[in-house]
Amino acid sequence: MSSLYEEINTPPASDIPVRRVTINVNGEARTANVEPRLLLAHLLRQGFKLTGTHTGCDTTNCGACTVLFDGRPIKSCTMFAVQADGHDVQTVEGLASASELHPLQEGFKQEHALQCGFCTPGMMMAAKALLEENLNPTEDEIRWALSGNLCRCTGYQNIVKAVLWAAEKMRAELN
Amino acid sequence: MYPSRFKYESPKTIVEAIKLLDAGKGDAKVLAGGQSLVPMLKLRFAFPDQIVDINNIPGLDYIRFDADGSLHIGALVRHEHLEKSVEISMRQPTIAAAAPLVADPIVRARGTFVGSVCHADPQGDWAATMIALHGSIVVQGPKGKRTIAMKDFVLGPYANSLNYNEIAIEAVIPAPKGVARGGYLKLERRVGDFATASVAVALDMSGDTVLNAGFALAGVGGKTIDANEAASALIGQKLTEATIAKAAQLVAALAEPRTDHRGSAEYKRHIVETFVKRILVANSAQKVA
Repeated sequence: MSSLYEEINTPPASDIPVRRVTINVNGEARTANVEPRLLLAHLLRQGFKLTGTHTGCDTTNCGACTVLFDGRPIKSCTMFAVQADGHDVQTVEGLASASELHPLQEGFKQEHALQCGFCTPGMMMAAKALLEENLNPTEDEIRWALSGNLCRCTGYQNIVKAVLWAAEKMRAELN
Repeated sequence: MYPSRFKYESPKTIVEAIKLLDAGKGDAKVLAGGQSLVPMLKLRFAFPDQIVDINNIPGLDYIRFDADGSLHIGALVRHEHLEKSVEISMRQPTIAAAAPLVADPIVRARGTFVGSVCHADPQGDWAATMIALHGSIVVQGPKGKRTIAMKDFVLGPYANSLNYNEIAIEAVIPAPKGVARGGYLKLERRVGDFATASVAVALDMSGDTVLNAGFALAGVGGKTIDANEAASALIGQKLTEATIAKAAQLVAALAEPRTDHRGSAEYKRHIVETFVKRILVANSAQKVA
C-alpha cells in the first residue's frame, strides 16, 4: 500500500465527514469510506487494488487513468471518488472474461500496440468508448478519439492498427 | 497529487446549492465538470473549504432553441453534447466549429460549457465563442435570477462577475435576425495544448448581407479579447474581398499577443488575421438562404 493512500486514510479533520460510497465497478458493487478529496483513480488503485488504471501525469493531460464512467470515458485523476457514488465504473480489469481477452486486448497483442505498456489501459478504455458508438471507425476517427491519451513509446501507429483490428473482429462477431 | 481537505455536498436543487454557497461566504466553490477546478485543487491554486457538486441537480443538461430562435445551454451540458448535437450543427455554426476543438475528447465528455465560460481562462474556447455571439449568462442567487451580458461577465483572467453566492445556471445566445453563420479556428501544437491563437467569428446574415457580426480571440492576450468593434467593417455590407480584408485587419489589431515558445507576437497576430479571413471567406462562398 502506498503512503499516499495511508495518509488520506488518517482520521480527517473532525468537521469533514467521511462518506460511504457504493460504486458499481466492473459489474460488482464495491463499498468504501472515503474522504471527499480522494480521487477516483486513487480509490480504484489503492483502495480497490485495481492497479490496471494508471496515474501518469496527474494533471488531466495523459489519459493513462481513463475509465468509463456510466459508459463515457473520463480521466479518473480528475474526478473525486465521492462523485462516483451510485454510478457505474468500468476499468481495464473489466475487459477480459475469465477465459477470453477482449478484442481490443487481442488487437493490442496482435498488432504489437504497446512497448512499455503504461498508457495501454487508458488507450483501451478510450478505444472502447469509441467502438461502443462507432464499430466501423476510420483511422482518422480513431486518432481523434485517442487524442486525449499520450503514448511516449509507440508513435501511435500500432495502437491505431490495434483498434482497427478490434473493430473488425467485433463487427465479425456481430454477424 | 491531491487537494487540501474540503467539505463536500451534492445538493439536489439549485436553491439548496445556493444556500450552501451563501453559508460558505466565499469559501465555497461550485463543481460541475471539474476539468479545470479539480486540477487547480490538486495544484493547490484553489483551496475552498466547501465544494458544492451540482452534478446531481436534475434538469440542467438541456440544449434548447426557443421559438424565438434563441439558444439556451444549461449548466450541465458537457462539451461533447454540443459536439454531437444535430441541432447545434445545423443552427449554430460557431459553437459547432469550436466544440470538437475544446481540450481532448475525454475532457469533453466531462467538462461543461457553462463551467468553462465561468472559468474565464484567457485560452478558453467558450468564453471567446460567447463574446463573439453576444451571449449572456443567467445566474441565480439568494435574491433570484439576473442576466449578465458576456462583456460584463468576464472581468479578466480567471475572473468573472458572479457573486460568491450565485451559480451560473444557463448560457443564452440571442436569436439571429437572419441566419446564424460563422466559424471557429484554433492553432495548437498538439491536441489539448494551450492554443497559439484561436478566433471565434459569429455572423448574422440575410442573404449575402451581414446584419451583425461578432469576433473574439483566445490565447492572444492576458484575457479573452473582445474584438466585436471590428463588426463595423461588415455590418450592412456583403462579404467581399475588401470587406473581409478590412475586418480581418481590425480584429488582428485588437489582439494582444506576446512572444513565447509558441511563436512570436507578430506570428500570432498574423495567424489571427488569416483565421478571420478563412472563416469569412468560407461563409461568403456558402449558398446563403
